[in-house]
Formats: sequence, C-alpha cells, structure tokens
Amino acid sequence: MFNHFITLGWTLIKIFAITVPLMLVVAYLSLAERRFIGFMQDRIGPNRVGPCGLLQPIADGLKLLFKEIVIPTRANRYLFMIAPVLTIGPALAAWAVIPFDQGLVLANINIGLLYLLTMTSLAVYGIVIAGWASNSKYAFLGSMRSAAQIVSYEIAMGFAIIGVVLAARSMNLTDIVLAQRGGLFHWFWLPLLPLFIVYWISAVAETNRSPFDVAEGESEIVAGFHVEYSGIAFSIFFLSEYANMVLVSVLCPIMFWGGWFSPFEGMPVLEEWFHWVPGVVWLILKTCFFLFLFLWFRATFPRYRYDQIMRLGWKIFIPVTLIWIVVVAVMLKANIEPWFSST
Amino acid sequence: MKLLKNLKFYFKSFLLWELLLGLKLTGKHFFASKVTLQYPEEKTPRSVRFRGIHALRRYSNGEERCIACKLCEAVCPALAITIEAEPRSDGSRRTTLYEIDLFKCIYCGFCEEACPVDAIVETGFSDYHFEKRGENILTKEKLLAIGDRYEQDIARDRTQDAQYR
Repeated sequence: MFNHFITLGWTLIKIFAITVPLMLVVAYLSLAERRFIGFMQDRIGPNRVGPCGLLQPIADGLKLLFKEIVIPTRANRYLFMIAPVLTIGPALAAWAVIPFDQGLVLANINIGLLYLLTMTSLAVYGIVIAGWASNSKYAFLGSMRSAAQIVSYEIAMGFAIIGVVLAARSMNLTDIVLAQRGGLFHWFWLPLLPLFIVYWISAVAETNRSPFDVAEGESEIVAGFHVEYSGIAFSIFFLSEYANMVLVSVLCPIMFWGGWFSPFEGMPVLEEWFHWVPGVVWLILKTCFFLFLFLWFRATFPRYRYDQIMRLGWKIFIPVTLIWIVVVAVMLKANIEPWFSST
Repeated sequence: MKLLKNLKFYFKSFLLWELLLGLKLTGKHFFASKVTLQYPEEKTPRSVRFRGIHALRRYSNGEERCIACKLCEAVCPALAITIEAEPRSDGSRRTTLYEIDLFKCIYCGFCEEACPVDAIVETGFSDYHFEKRGENILTKEKLLAIGDRYEQDIARDRTQDAQYR
C-alpha cells in the first residue's frame, strides 16, 4: 500500500518536472514569436518589460489572469467552460510518452506513436465544443474550419508516421530514436525526406498555425473558435496551441532527426569535442530549430485559401505519402544500408 | 516546349521553390539592422521651424518682450489668444492677462509671425500633456516659465532659421 503512494508521488514529481518547464517554454515561445517576427519585419519587438522584454510573458499572463471571463448570453455555460480544459488536457497528456534521453521518459509504452496520434486528434473536440458552446457564428465557422482541417491533415500525418513506424519497425518512441543511431546520415530524414516534409507541413496545419490559420483568420472571422473567450479561459487556449506547437516540434527530431543523438556522431574530430554535451541538449536544440521554423513561416507566408488547404491535404499529401510508404517498404525489403540493414 | 515548361512548373511547385525564396527574404531581414526608434530615449530629427507648445520670451536683461500690441490676438484664426493690457507703474505698456487656450489653438504659427518683438513663439516641444481640467489654458506665468526654461533652444532654433527668412 505504502509503495503505491511512493510510486504515485514519484510519478507526480515527474509530471511536474515535464509540465512546469513546458509551460515556461510556451510562455517564452510567445515572447520569442513577437520578438523574432519583429526582427523579420525590421522592428525590435517588445523589449520594455524587464531586460530585453524577458518579463513580458509574465506581465501578459498576469493581465489575462485578472481579466473577467465573459460568458455570452445563451451560451452553454458548462460546455463553454469545459472546452479549454478539453484542449489543454490532450496537449499536455501527449508529453507522457516523449523520450528526452535514453530512459528519460515518463511512460515508455510500446504504442507511443499511436498514443500521440490519438492525443493530438483529441484536441479537435475542444475546438469544436468551444465553437459550438459560444453561441456565435464566427466561433462556429472557425471551429468548423479548424475541425475539417485537422481531420484532413490527420490522415496525411498518419501516413507519414506509418512510414516512420515501418522504417523503425516499432511504435515505441525510444526504439524509433535508437533505430537512427550512427550519425547524421543514419537518421531517418534522408530516406524519409518526402514523409518528413509532409509531416512537418501537416504539423503546421494541425496546430492551426500560419499559413494554415484560417481557423482564426483575423481578417475574416475575427479570432475563430475562441473569439468569445476572455481572461484565463482564452489564455488556456493560447497555452494549448503553443504546447501543441512544442509537441509537434519535438516529434520532428524524435522521428526524423535522430532524437537525442549528437549530429557529429561518427565524425572524426567534432565527435570528441562535443562528447560532453548531454543528449537532452541536442534534443532541445533540434526542437528549438523547428519552433523557430514555425515563427519563420508565420513571418513569411500569406494565409492559404480554404480550398487550397483542402486540395493540398487531400490531393497532394496523401498520394505522396502513399507512394513513399511503398518506396520505404521496398527499401526495407532490399535491406538498403545504412538505415535498413537486416538485424 | 510546352511539356518542358509544364515540367519546370511542377518541379518548382513541388520543391517549394518560391516558398524557400520567401523564407530567404525574411531570413535576411531577421539579421538586418532595425528601423525602430526607442521613443523617449531616441527621437526623430525635427525642423527648427517646428510649431509645438507656445512660450513668451524675455530680453537678456530679464524684461519681458511682449508690449501688448494684441497683433497675435487679432491674427489668431482660432481665437485662442486672450489679452488684457494696461500701463505698468513705470509707464510702459504691458499685459495683465495673456492666455492661450490649447484646445482652440491650431498651431498655425500666425501669432509668431505677427509678433513685432519676437515675444510669443512656438517652441520645438511637442510632448506635453494635461492632467486636470483647466490646464489646457496657458496663463502668462506658464508661458513665461516655458520661455525661461527653453530660452536656449528657442534662441538656437531662431538663429538657425534666420537666414531663410
């Protein structure tokens, strides 16, 4: 009995050790977004609160915390309040299976990738419920767009992930990373390059980020599904959107870019120099790069038209992934070195 | 020929060529020097003819310049200036009341142009504010105080502009 409590306590501590830094990353990602997009537009962005604006996210958070939560007339109160929880829940729960280093994972389960896919698709419920419960046509339109978009890109993303599962012969995320051992050119990005690109673009679309942010296109439907939300309820939507961004960014290195492995593995001099760097740091650096890509895209690309998004998802990505899955299967059968040597 | 063109088009769109070009452009600007001015610390250059808040000037011996000729009051298109005058104890003609309502003032600078003794001027200072009702009316004391405070800047602006007048 007592042992159970100790295990429970440890698990709770581990959950906090993942969630608290994640929330910090999310907070500072919002600052980085404003600063970096500012840089790309030849501005300097917010730099007044604290040194270099470093306290800006805290000021924003406090402001949102003290604001009133306005519930629209004839909105469904319970669903209205439950929707943000439904969005942030899966976004945080998905982190349970992310391996930060060998053995450094909360739940090392064998269906990790399937679990991730489920959790990311669950987020759509929060959005649909938010849009429906708000009793507003803009929120409803936004949630409809968002739902259709997430469901469509889920398929392309799922096919891309199937390619990874084929190549790694496992759904366990730790095993997937271990299958890429052996340096930069052993990672899956090379044989699975089309799948990687499809995965990454679908990931941007899944998280409803620019240029696929029609769900909250401010020029058409104000703010989309969360237009009626204010105060802390809005900030929870905001947090979950950014937490999802971090999640799909961390999945990129895990599935395609060698997880926690050093990119200098197998190189004569550099390997020695960077030997002391722990694996977590490599994973974080790679994730930061992909997070930066999110911001870079947002500063660069104009928003897609809705039918263009659908065309891209259904008529280009799905065929490309299907074809490449066959190619991967052939490469597997042919035991092409160094990725698919028969073991 | 057309086939080649089509092929080129498909290759370009499939390799996301244009998108990469866009990324390159924003990537360049990421490192470019920024155009933002940090306002209270840095300011944009301003002309010496800038027409900001008003001031009444004094001669270097401390005597106020204004002789209550009321030309500024007459020329003011917005009727923002109110002047009352009577002879001082030493017999010289002076104002007893000189008020400018900043809510009426349109900062046209006619008062400055009309003044025969360069008494009323518009300074280069554009950043000021009111905190209470009634503060929009600049009294004679306030105007003289502004003049005393910024005399150096006012004089420098006038000498720089003098050769073009």
